[in-house]
Amino acid sequence: MADLTKEEFWRWREYHRVMPKKWSKADIITAGVDVGSVGSKAAIMVNGEAYAWGITRTGSNSPESAKKALDYALQDTGLTVGDLKYIVGTGYGRVNVPMANKAITEIACHAKGANYIWGPRVRTVLDVGGQDIKAIKIDETGRVVSFLMNDKCAAGTGRGMEVFADLLQIPIEDIGDISLKVEKEPDPVSCTCVAFAKTEAMGLLRKGWSKEKVLAAYTRAMAVRMANLINRVGYEPELVVTGGQSKNIGIVSRIEVILGVKTLPMPRWREDGLDPMVAGALGAALLGKALYEKAQKA
Amino acid sequence: MITHYGYIDGSGEYYIVVDSDKCSGCRKCVIACPEKALELVTEFIDLEDKTVAAIAEEHRKKIRYTCTGCKPETQQTPCISACPSSAISIVWNPR
Repeated sequence: MADLTKEEFWRWREYHRVMPKKWSKADIITAGVDVGSVGSKAAIMVNGEAYAWGITRTGSNSPESAKKALDYALQDTGLTVGDLKYIVGTGYGRVNVPMANKAITEIACHAKGANYIWGPRVRTVLDVGGQDIKAIKIDETGRVVSFLMNDKCAAGTGRGMEVFADLLQIPIEDIGDISLKVEKEPDPVSCTCVAFAKTEAMGLLRKGWSKEKVLAAYTRAMAVRMANLINRVGYEPELVVTGGQSKNIGIVSRIEVILGVKTLPMPRWREDGLDPMVAGALGAALLGKALYEKAQKA
Repeated sequence: MITHYGYIDGSGEYYIVVDSDKCSGCRKCVIACPEKALELVTEFIDLEDKTVAAIAEEHRKKIRYTCTGCKPETQQTPCISACPSSAISIVWNPR
């Protein structure tokens, strides 16, 4: 049988990681499970330090996706769900995380997670997820000050990029780099709607535009939308991008150009750093630790 | 925490803005809204659950329809008038 997976250009890689760290039963081990519209992420923290995480695709069943992500994060750690002192569910499917002690909105979790990954100097967080974009302003403790979400549709989000990867037959991981391979930045496409994206892209390709140029125009339009959101919530240095699209250099670098600012460098997630895609899950695990300690004191 | 509910499109930008630090959860705006667009929700602030007003989940992505009758120039913004703690405001910048 032919290898069909090779032709699924949208299919981003699921993976899990365990940090070289020891834990004992006396430690406060907490977990955050972030069920997004496209990806499900789970993170395990030991005494408030990132220990392990797993990233999987969200299926049609939220509780199952939550369990899958958590099991994936626990893999090779020697831990079981029973060892977890507190589990926080977050994201789009947060009410459907059956093992969670509490559900918290992804806004609070991403704020906390960005504060953990990049430190207290972060003030603006742009979370670009599978189906929505959120601009969040936070203080030095990771508390949400102000927040804004795009009102409707998946325009300019991860899912839109998956559609483009498939259409242009470019592996999704390469999309950002390829969108930057244009001599001159084209005008942004007028319509970032995912449902119409294929139609519009096909039109441009037929007009003789290269794949790179089409991608550049679409990515540019997405970045303009995101910059608008940041401006409304009130940009304050420093800016970071979280969520799956934080890995899309085409998006991130264009936001920098439009806003005339530089985002904080992304952690080296491919080597040994924290992955900004798990910011929400990390934040959830941290809030879980705080809630656990609060309950112990009471 | 200040939450913006609304949109930016060709007509301009329009946001209903709720400041949950000011909101007391008194429900007056919920009762005043002719479109039943507001509801009380539990928000997680500083490790506490607080009951505050918010745009109801089912209206969040259709502010352009639900709240269109209450743009500031109509001088009729029942939610803002009803709020005793000035927790609700509107941003409307037509293009």
